[in-house]
Amino acid sequence: MADTMQFDLVSPERALASLKATAVQIPGTEGDMTAMPMHAPTITTLRPGVLTVTSADGTQDYYVTGGFAEIGAEATTVLAERAYPSDHEGKRAIEAHLEEARAAAEEAHPDHKDTADKLVADFVHLLDTMT
Amino acid sequence: MPSLKDLKIRIDSVKSTRKITKAMQMVAAAKLRRAQEAAEASRPYTERFNAVLGALTASVGQSDSAPKLLRGTGSDKRHLLVVMTSERGLCGGFNSTIVKLARTHLAELVADGKQVQIITVGKKGREQLKRDQADRLIAHVDLSEIKRVGYNNAQDIAKDLLARFAADEFDVCTIFYNTFQSVVSQIPTAQQIIPASFEDSGEENALYDYEPSEEGVLADLLPRGVATQIFAALLENGASEQGARMSAMDNATRNAGEMIDKLTIQYNRSRQAVITNELIEIISGAEAL
Repeated sequence: MADTMQFDLVSPERALASLKATAVQIPGTEGDMTAMPMHAPTITTLRPGVLTVTSADGTQDYYVTGGFAEIGAEATTVLAERAYPSDHEGKRAIEAHLEEARAAAEEAHPDHKDTADKLVADFVHLLDTMT
Repeated sequence: MPSLKDLKIRIDSVKSTRKITKAMQMVAAAKLRRAQEAAEASRPYTERFNAVLGALTASVGQSDSAPKLLRGTGSDKRHLLVVMTSERGLCGGFNSTIVKLARTHLAELVADGKQVQIITVGKKGREQLKRDQADRLIAHVDLSEIKRVGYNNAQDIAKDLLARFAADEFDVCTIFYNTFQSVVSQIPTAQQIIPASFEDSGEENALYDYEPSEEGVLADLLPRGVATQIFAALLENGASEQGARMSAMDNATRNAGEMIDKLTIQYNRSRQAVITNELIEIISGAEAL
């Protein structure tokens, strides 16, 4: 059994990471999941959260705001709408996104209010987990 | 016959024009490289995205429960054209080719009795369309303040389009932009983005588990797909604009060079004529003595 898989993190503006990973923790819409090599092929949407990549060189965190992940046996690709390395810059960007989400939730159509509120809650949770 | 001084002034003026066009060409070349890099960087995302969406639409697309963005509103009476052009001129036929394609498309739709509305992105296209289609222009997106087109710009445009679609303002949306082929060739392209049309990649798709569900994933991805396509179009357009400007300025520089050569020859001829005249005067004066 292969013990690593190809991991790619791409956003529309650039590719952030491309490496051999042993495990990737993905903040899926329906809950966190960890993809490891030989995972069953899955496509899941993302919620704002922390994406943790474990490779031979250690772990690396990224903040993502949404998008989707394509998980396969030998490769995992995360297509994030926005992705930031977990540093001070990233935190500031997430804070800005939270403000946007809040404003959007304020004026959201009643039908979409739940989704918008959930987005805000996810952002708040994400900020809470940052140290 | 212009005087020697006039010629001298003209030569100097064409020389400074040449300097300017040369500088613009080099700036465009540098910007082109950056624009190409940006387009290159976005490609993996766009490709994967379209592949997944293509697979999804193939399996869910035909059912009645498919989202409106994919199925359409069931009619195609009202069209929205999004015409993407540049903010600056001096780039050859770049803007005209897009506007021309949009005009042809518009004329066909109008001949079929459809209603057409236009949104312009970029100042130059707006200026051209304002002349005869002013009553169809419903909005304009100004990117003149933006140095580097980012995903958030595309998102803003997409948000506006989706809001209009949700408000039932149009049935079909088509974007017009230039696809970058090479420095000398940019291809004006029309692409329908709502209802979404994805080519089925023919990839095996039954293998995937979808979370939350196929429909759920599709409903989440389709609006993002609009933004992604607009972003890709903006990047292509950006690269095309710089490419077109580069070749236009290259031509201008060459023309200025030819003109300088011609004027210099004329200048030298006149100068020699003046000298010859003076000599004749001196000699005939001496002979008369």
